[in-house]
Amino acid sequence: MITVQFFARYRELLNQDQAHMHWDEHLDTVGALRNRLVDRGEPWILLSEPRLMCARNQELCNLDEPLRDGDEIAFFPPVTGG
Amino acid sequence: MPVQVQTAIFDPGQLLNALHRDQLGVGAVVGFVGYVRDFNDGQEVAGMLLEHYPGMTEKALQKIVREAEERWPLSCVDVVHRVGKLEPGEPIVFVGVSSAHRSASFEASHFIIDYLKTRAPFWKKEDTAEGPRWVDAREGDQTALDKWAPRS
Repeated sequence: MITVQFFARYRELLNQDQAHMHWDEHLDTVGALRNRLVDRGEPWILLSEPRLMCARNQELCNLDEPLRDGDEIAFFPPVTGG
Repeated sequence: MPVQVQTAIFDPGQLLNALHRDQLGVGAVVGFVGYVRDFNDGQEVAGMLLEHYPGMTEKALQKIVREAEERWPLSCVDVVHRVGKLEPGEPIVFVGVSSAHRSASFEASHFIIDYLKTRAPFWKKEDTAEGPRWVDAREGDQTALDKWAPRS
């Protein structure tokens, strides 16, 4: 099982802060997970934004980061703290 | 505890003084305070809501502080970032650094706030006359990191 979290604008537009997905061997990277979500159509297409940021197990990562069963993945727009 | 994420307001002067207290080897303290402005991108701002990623936020800030400590000889580092509801004029973030000599404190505090702005999972949502709006990331925040690229 993969836990996927969404924050800020993504959380609002997707109308959820968290989703659970069954892991399979095709979900081998964070980018593959993102593509699987985008394939659901609206409103998930917003995750195809080029500026999307992601984290694996609470560390920033790139879309080519390997994905393992049990991971906590987060997708969010560019950060604006400070 | 060099990193703190909290809803409560803080007193920047108190945090700054604490970086020197009982530290007789400290010759320099530098503090940066970020505040909520009442105007942004052409609109009056009545307040803001700061969202974050609990758990990752603290780890991200600790990682940035560790990187600064590896680059400069620092005595103490203190980072405080607020979340939740904030009013114009209130402090959002404090970055304080102490060291024996000034250059390490100046550079490390600048490095920490530049990295925090692009790496720590916080998002600002402003209240404006036209309703709430998510603040967009500034391109300049990303290019600000270039000056900290490893020198060859």
